[in-house]
Order: sequence, then structure tokens, then C-alpha cells
Amino acid sequence: MTYGKGLRPLAALTALTLTAAFALVFFFAPLDADQGFVQKIFYVHVPIGIVALVGFMAGGVFAIQHLRTRDPRHDLRSYVAIHIAIVLALGTLVTGSIWAKASWGSWWVWQEPMLVSFLIVFLLYACYTPLRFSIEDRERQARYASVFAIVAGAFVPLNFAAVRMAEAYIHPRTFATTGGGLPGDMLLTFLVALAGIALLFVTLWKYEMASKNATFKLRALRRALAGDELTPARRSAAPTL
Amino acid sequence: MLPALPLDEAGKYVAAAYLVFLALVLIYVAIMAAKLGRIERELTELTELAERRDADGTGAHGHEREAVGSSRE
Repeated sequence: MTYGKGLRPLAALTALTLTAAFALVFFFAPLDADQGFVQKIFYVHVPIGIVALVGFMAGGVFAIQHLRTRDPRHDLRSYVAIHIAIVLALGTLVTGSIWAKASWGSWWVWQEPMLVSFLIVFLLYACYTPLRFSIEDRERQARYASVFAIVAGAFVPLNFAAVRMAEAYIHPRTFATTGGGLPGDMLLTFLVALAGIALLFVTLWKYEMASKNATFKLRALRRALAGDELTPARRSAAPTL
Repeated sequence: MLPALPLDEAGKYVAAAYLVFLALVLIYVAIMAAKLGRIERELTELTELAERRDADGTGAHGHEREAVGSSRE
């Protein structure tokens, strides 16, 4: 299977959508009545947070497929999805912290359930790579990592629902179920930004999958040409095919 | 929530947030580029190895052919 197929048009579409999103953010979306210019952080902070959480859940779905079929390719897909989602989650925490400082005058607010729950999800997934690295046997590593990805992936929407049901302290609720919500211009800008970040996630996922696939094929070629003794198995958190 | 910051002060925070996002993407792409460089180096090594083997193989076949030719004579 080749993951590099269609990568170039996908990357071009991603660049185009992100450029359009940022142009909409700074030249089209109106200033927020309460927060003013600082609210522009919302268009990068919320989409990367949503895509990170969806990425964690996608990792869980691939992990289910891995446990059902025992196909190591699904484990690799799960690993790469979680890997990229961790990077985006880190971005969410940092941009959120900057927004908190500008809006609330503090880098972090421990009483805010949305912030703390996101930090818990991030710290949970921060254990994923060390867990993989700690298991030497490849088959066992893949199995345990899949179980972890499924349990943690199920925790993500539950955690989100619990926070939504809890009484919000000061965190702005963007998509209220009754009344409020975003005005049309802001919603359009937000949706384009969300599409751009989602496309970025898919592009990076395909890019890393193509890179890993090339590495495995190269390793197989090396084994065929140079023999096993020249390529000792190195301990790694990344799955192998 | 505090009152809205003036544009000159808010601009710093907005720029910082977008730069963090940009930096994360760039660091990720740089790491992937380094991995691509490693793959390229390994591919070059393997190509050289295959060419060396091919040259050695041709040489051996050449000797065999010569030996077969001389026995016919």
C-alpha cells in the first residue's frame, strides 16, 4: 500500500484552505464585542483542540481494527494518528494559555473544568509513547498500545460530555445548545479554519505514514541485500510492519 | 473576564498564538525532512551495495564463462 498517493494535491488544498482561513480571520470576521482583537485566537485554538480530540478518537478506532484483525498496519495508523494529535493538543494548551493570559490575566485557571480536563487528556496520551517503548516484544507492544488507545479514545468524548454538563465557570461556550452561539460571519470563518486544520491533520498523517512505509520497505530491502546480521533490531516505540 | 485589551496589546498575544501554531507545524515538517534525509542516505547505501554485488556477480559469471570456453577448446 502506498500512502504518498494524492499527497501533493492534498497538501496544496490544505495550504489553500489554511490561507483562506487566516485571511478570513484577519480581514472578514468581525471583532468580538466583549474581547475585541484577542478573540482572534479562538480561530486557531478551538479548531486544533477539536482536531486533536478527533485524532485521539481516530487512534482508538484504528486500534479496534488492529485488535479485530491483528493487522499491524492498523496499529501503525493508530500510532501515527495519536502522535500527530499529541502535537496538536500541545498547541491547544499553549494557545489556550496565551488566550487565558490575555482574557483573564492569568496563564492558567485551575478552577476551569475545560482547561483541566484537556490537560488530563493530554497527560494521559503523553503516556502512550513511553508505554510502547517500555514493551520490547513487538506483538505485545502493539496489543497493549491498542488497548490503551481504545480506553483513552473512549475517555475523550465522555470527558468532553462531562465538562459540558458541568456548570461552566468562565470558559466561553462557543456552540451553545440554546440561544447564543456564533454569528454567521464568525461561524463561517471558524468552519473554514476547522476544515483547514482537519486537512492539515490528514496531510501530516499521510505524510508520516508514507515516510514510515518507505522506512519499512527500505529495511526489508536491506535485509534482502545485506542480511539480518547487518540490521540489528533496535528498540523503538514506533510499530514495525 | 477582564475588559477587552487595546489593539496594540492584544496584537502581541494573537501573534504569539498564531506563531506557536506555525512553529509546531514547522518543527514537525523539519523532523519529517530529517527522516526523509535518512531514508535517502540509506537508499544510496543500498544502491551502492546492490551495484557492488552486481559487479562482483558479473565478474564471477565472466570467470565461469571463460572456464567453460577454455574447456571446450
